[in-house]
Amino acid sequence: MRRIISILMENEPGALSRVVGLFSQRGYNIDTLNVAATEDPTLSRLTVTTVGDDRVIEQITKQLNKLVDVVKLVDLSEGTHVERDLMLVKVRAEGSARDEIRRITEIFRGHIVDVGPQVFTIQLTGAAEKLDAFLVAMEEGSILEVVRSGVVGISRGEKVLRL
Amino acid sequence: MEMLSGGEMIARAIELENVEYIFGYPGGAVLHIYDALFKGCKVPHVLVRHEQAATHAADAYARATGKPGVVLVTSGPGATNAITGIATAYMDSIPMVIFSGQVMSHLIGEDAFQETDMLGISRPVVKHSFQVRHAEELPLIIKKAFHIATSGRPGPVVIDIPKDMTKPDEKFPFKYPSSVDMRSYSPIQRGHAGQIKKAAKLLLSAKRPVIYSGGGVILGGASDLLTQLARELNFPVTNTLMGLGAYPGTDRQFLGMLGMHGFYEANMAMHHSDVILAVGARFDDRVTNTVSKFCPGAKIVHIDIDPTSISKTVNADVPIVGPVQTVLADLLTQVKALRKKDKALPDAQALDRWWRQIDDWRDKHGLWTADRFSTDGEQIMPQQVIQSLYRVTKGDAYVTSDVGQHQMFAAQYYKFDKPHRWINSGGLGTMGFGLPAAMGVKLAYPDADVACVTGEGSIQMNIQELSTCTQYNTPIKIINLRNNYLGMVKQWQDMQYEGRHAMSTYEDSLPDFVKLVEAYGHVGMQVTKLEDLDAAMEKAFAMKDKLVFLDIFIDPTEHVYPMHIAPNGSMKDMWINKHERTS
Ligand SMILES: Cc1ncc(C[n+]2csc(CCOP(=O)(O)OP(=O)(O)O)c2C)c(N)n1
Ligand SMILES: [Mg+2]
Repeated sequence: MRRIISILMENEPGALSRVVGLFSQRGYNIDTLNVAATEDPTLSRLTVTTVGDDRVIEQITKQLNKLVDVVKLVDLSEGTHVERDLMLVKVRAEGSARDEIRRITEIFRGHIVDVGPQVFTIQLTGAAEKLDAFLVAMEEGSILEVVRSGVVGISRGEKVLRL
Repeated sequence: MEMLSGGEMIARAIELENVEYIFGYPGGAVLHIYDALFKGCKVPHVLVRHEQAATHAADAYARATGKPGVVLVTSGPGATNAITGIATAYMDSIPMVIFSGQVMSHLIGEDAFQETDMLGISRPVVKHSFQVRHAEELPLIIKKAFHIATSGRPGPVVIDIPKDMTKPDEKFPFKYPSSVDMRSYSPIQRGHAGQIKKAAKLLLSAKRPVIYSGGGVILGGASDLLTQLARELNFPVTNTLMGLGAYPGTDRQFLGMLGMHGFYEANMAMHHSDVILAVGARFDDRVTNTVSKFCPGAKIVHIDIDPTSISKTVNADVPIVGPVQTVLADLLTQVKALRKKDKALPDAQALDRWWRQIDDWRDKHGLWTADRFSTDGEQIMPQQVIQSLYRVTKGDAYVTSDVGQHQMFAAQYYKFDKPHRWINSGGLGTMGFGLPAAMGVKLAYPDADVACVTGEGSIQMNIQELSTCTQYNTPIKIINLRNNYLGMVKQWQDMQYEGRHAMSTYEDSLPDFVKLVEAYGHVGMQVTKLEDLDAAMEKAFAMKDKLVFLDIFIDPTEHVYPMHIAPNGSMKDMWINKHERTS
């Protein structure tokens, strides 16, 4: 099953490599990985999506917790949560295709953030499946470049991940 | 406030940590530190002949004393040479602090002379690591390193120190913290009371119980409590290779070691048990054989300080995370309270039947109820060497070992009554561990008998340490079980590759070990006849201030038994000898 594990860790050099190293060392897979600072400059928040059965996920969360740099973590998929992925897509946009692409972008609530004579750059946010669906909706061969932030997520309601 | 350079801070910090020895080897990146040690540090430094030996010696010092081992190596090759020893300590959860030199901060990343990414290269084999970025952080980093290494599940911690952090002319105010508080690291102190109660009930309902205890009991200082609990319940006990000595080896309730080369009665008891109390053990593949066939009828209580050890390979029915010491104390209290309420617990009749069954197993194939090796030939059997060692040292020596058949014979035939006495690389299985390990133990306990049980293959992996033993006068006894083979490799080749001995012999290339040790200033003796064995052993241990190397020629064809049948075997599937198997 796909899981979203969100981690608060010390903003220390080497902390990220310990997390990433743990996954490769123990043969766990990483689908997406996102890391950035938080409102507290001493902490960074790392979000990783992975797949595995319950046993594997239990080991992953225990192993992560064991890392000295990890302060706290939560498996967001255990409760209701909001999940977002951000994607920038550069597509070939010429002639009548320009209108068509504009229309699809609107349907997906995306934004065209850069326009060239022959290309559009589109920004999309949403759950990962929505972004996948958008790529499928684009005419074959029109996609020039795709970049995604990886999943970030947060629990719904009062629940918070902080110290 | 005292103003100190980085190098001086390290020297002061290890004094304040009450470090007894620092094991190391100098080089460019650590010369400031060495100079600071030279100018004034109460902690003696032991100069090894190879950095791997420094880590093994410090590691064994830690295993024998329970105190952290401390190592100092230079950057680049000094650091990489230390890796095998760090990994060895990591696999067996041994507390160590390793100071490694690093090139100057401004050179990091430039492939500078003797630069290696020590944090990167050591990451998978350390509990934690630090790189010093500002010299004034050194006291806090060192305090944290000792704290992390020795608390929770212990392990090695690396402190990587760029040379400019230790400049003699840059001084900083020095205040060594008396304690540290880390928000991201706080090992659990007590087990869950509800779980412990559940465990007590389950144990008292058992009809065919067994206690399976590992190295964690020794590391956690819980041998006495384990013994009390086992006696209170009259349950049989088996130890892992790492746990030998956690329960007295000569006690009636002790079944011997379990696992791949475990005792028949121990493996049979495990397989047929209905309740297993696992304490400080981790269901390693060398214990369980095929996991899916592991102890089919058993409910498992698992106590461990490390949550990742629980339900990693074998599912625990009653998991208890906590230090073995406090958990066993709480468990013992619970058991006693429940027994007060119901005197009929545990079921004495069922236990009686179980013990009779166990005694039958012991009589049938137990290693201690009869000699299970051939005694008619001319040649000395390896088992007889360990029996002789046991007799001569009255079962009270510190025994280090290397890796191979000799290690298994030592584990099987030396009945360790006390914890911290059996010192071997169980997790990583590092050949070359034994000699430097014996050195570290002898430095910790100069008056104790320290024996290194080794093979002619293993001993050559760190034989240069004979020179260190000369320098520091560590009169250990080296018991070389000489079979002229990489014996354990040969055994597998005999059993699984139709006797094709690919690269497991040295042909005629072995040195004359007697002459070799004499060249280092030690005493060497060759033993080829059984009738000379005891006398030689006694002579060796009588030479209190000499390192003695006993080169004992043994039957090269002997195999270690029992041996689990793999792949696809269960705990109860064993080779009993070359011709007999249980299934
Ligand atoms: C550093 C290292 N390399 C290789 C091995 C694999 N290995 C395990 S036992 C063994 C043979 C050991 O030979 P020896 O020391 O003579 O002991 P014996 O088995 O003959 O008693 C080997 C090569 C190992 N454990 N460690
Ligand atoms: Mg050999």
